Amino acid sequence: MAVPRAERVTKWLIAGPPLAFLLAFFLLPSLIMALASLRYPGEFGGLAPLAARPGEESGLTLENYALFFGDWVYAQIFAKSLVIAALTTFACLVLAYPLALLIARSPKKRRDFMVLLVILPFASNFLVRVYAWMIILGPMDLLFTRFAVIVGMVYVHLPFMILPLYTNLEKHDPTLLDAAQDLGANAWHTFWRVTFPLSLPGVFSGSALVFIPVLGMFAIPELLGGKDDWMVGNMIKEAFLGTRDWPFGSMLSLMLTLAVLAIAGAAALFARRGAPNE
Amino acid sequence: MPLLEIRNVTRRFGTLTAIDRVTLSIEAGEFFTLLGPSGCGKTTLLRMIAGFDAPDAGSIFLDGRDLADKPPEQRPVHTVFQSYALFPHMSVARNVAFPLQMAKKPPEEIAAKVKQALAEVHLEDKGASYPHELSGGQKQRVALARALVTRPRMLLLDEPLGALDAKLREQMEIELISLQRDVGITFVFVTHAQPEALALSHRIAVMRDGRVEQMDTPSRLYGFPANRFVADFIGNCNMLPATVSEATPHGLRLAVGALGEVAAPPAERARAGQAGVLALRPEQVHIVAANAAHELKNHFAGRVRDFLYIGDVTTYVVELENGTRIEALLANSAPGRARFFEVDEPVKVAWRHDAGIFLLD
Ligand SMILES: Nc1ncnc2c1ncn2[C@@H]1O[C@H](COP(=O)(O)OP(=O)(O)OP(=O)(O)O)[C@@H](O)[C@H]1O
Ligand SMILES: [Mg+2]
Repeated sequence: MAVPRAERVTKWLIAGPPLAFLLAFFLLPSLIMALASLRYPGEFGGLAPLAARPGEESGLTLENYALFFGDWVYAQIFAKSLVIAALTTFACLVLAYPLALLIARSPKKRRDFMVLLVILPFASNFLVRVYAWMIILGPMDLLFTRFAVIVGMVYVHLPFMILPLYTNLEKHDPTLLDAAQDLGANAWHTFWRVTFPLSLPGVFSGSALVFIPVLGMFAIPELLGGKDDWMVGNMIKEAFLGTRDWPFGSMLSLMLTLAVLAIAGAAALFARRGAPNE
Repeated sequence: MPLLEIRNVTRRFGTLTAIDRVTLSIEAGEFFTLLGPSGCGKTTLLRMIAGFDAPDAGSIFLDGRDLADKPPEQRPVHTVFQSYALFPHMSVARNVAFPLQMAKKPPEEIAAKVKQALAEVHLEDKGASYPHELSGGQKQRVALARALVTRPRMLLLDEPLGALDAKLREQMEIELISLQRDVGITFVFVTHAQPEALALSHRIAVMRDGRVEQMDTPSRLYGFPANRFVADFIGNCNMLPATVSEATPHGLRLAVGALGEVAAPPAERARAGQAGVLALRPEQVHIVAANAAHELKNHFAGRVRDFLYIGDVTTYVVELENGTRIEALLANSAPGRARFFEVDEPVKVAWRHDAGIFLLD
């Protein structure tokens, strides 16, 4: 079926700016990063000149990738980061869901105030809030542990889970709950058969908003974590700011981006199968 | 023993009394309708039967057992909501299977019953569709199938046809009647549309401001309204202010404004000297040419002021010589003719001496 011309033009006008934004600030930097990951590091940091050095064939090399796939330790750090991100996401989901439900089912007047409370922590500096956790966890002998890292991660990212969940739950038709109960479902069945399945889009977007930033996070593991809590983000930061090996850092960043894209793609596929009518 | 008994039920919201000492009983197998204007408390009463709301006073009995401490999921009563309330993430078949799954029926039984329920509402081939793929009438049928599949003791329907267009509404009315007859389940139907109530119900309770004004069969409600509210709410009615001049067991003589003496059928509580109205249905009023002969006792001359052509009938507004306006209905039985009288044409209106009903103020 032919789409009217005017409609097509409108579609492009609407989709154009975000598309251009993605192109300029995601795809292009990723390409630059991919290119950088194939080059040699400069003598004092940065990148070496692209021109071939004496005795070598070109200014490009795959040695960073050889390093990455040749040593088990990188895969382990990636896996550890994925586990921390997954645990954080799950903890956020479990903590955020009842709260989002409570807000969504409160009287309309109270909802806005509660949402304000959820985003209030953003008013203070991120680092200050993480330091506050050092003060809390220190005396409890929990500082510099995996647990401390996850606590910090959950604390910082919780609003990103609450808000999409709330936005979704708030739109649910309350008569569906009446209908479920009327047809013989108790509170438990009503939740798992009706509320939760209908909230899956909110669960997925909230999870993405938590999972992805946690994977790249370095400040929290650095401040709250112990010797074993070295994450991908720390490696990348170290490569750029510590050892000044830009190509190695670029390679790690690219791998991280690819990992996130793979997971997001899988989730999207799964989500589409879960909610066929949306 | 009646299937459902509502005894002296009262429900207040703050200072508003939404249901005021309502008592009624519904027999098994009945098609019972709660009829009344918007805000009269129909939904509130229905929600109390379903268990979503509880009376402040009085009790509700089902099969002789008090329902007070039974939550909605434990009452053998299902509701068809005005918005259908189909689960959007489930296919039609899974929607219909839902109450059976909640009742922990074995899968083979569920499959068979879903199939049968969909057949009952003529949706055999829509089991795999999702609610958003259905038309309004089809959604309505799925809601019915879902509510009926477990064969509840009673089905509550809150303005289920409200969202449908006139044609589809009529078709669904016919389907509802035959469905109710086939499954034999008691229907409690809520509506503010009186033609719908008259067409569907075995009995109707007319409500106003939280109270039941009258409860009877459609024909008795229409023919013998208990008061002005019911007479006016059900169908159209000419209301002629009148005073009783003579009351006998065989009939009344009424003084109707400036019209003079009018004969009316007997009314039990009417005594000479009492004031009230003579309620006269437009179809009881005959309209004839001014010079036509007639044999009816009550007849008055007037002029046509207005008419409303509806298709099958035309309603004429006739102004009598003293200024009283009376509506008369005439079937358009002559092919191709929209009306028999023109505006300003002198005519005569007449009605039988046993037509109309005298209602005390
Ligand atoms: N939860 C509530 N809180 C306060 N007032 C309510 C509540 N539910 C109903 N009411 C009031 O009770 C009265 C009856 O309401 P109800 O919904 O039963 O009317 P209804 O007859 O179903 O009307 P409609 O035909 O418009 O659906 C109305 O005045 C309504 O405003
Ligand atoms: Mg209502």
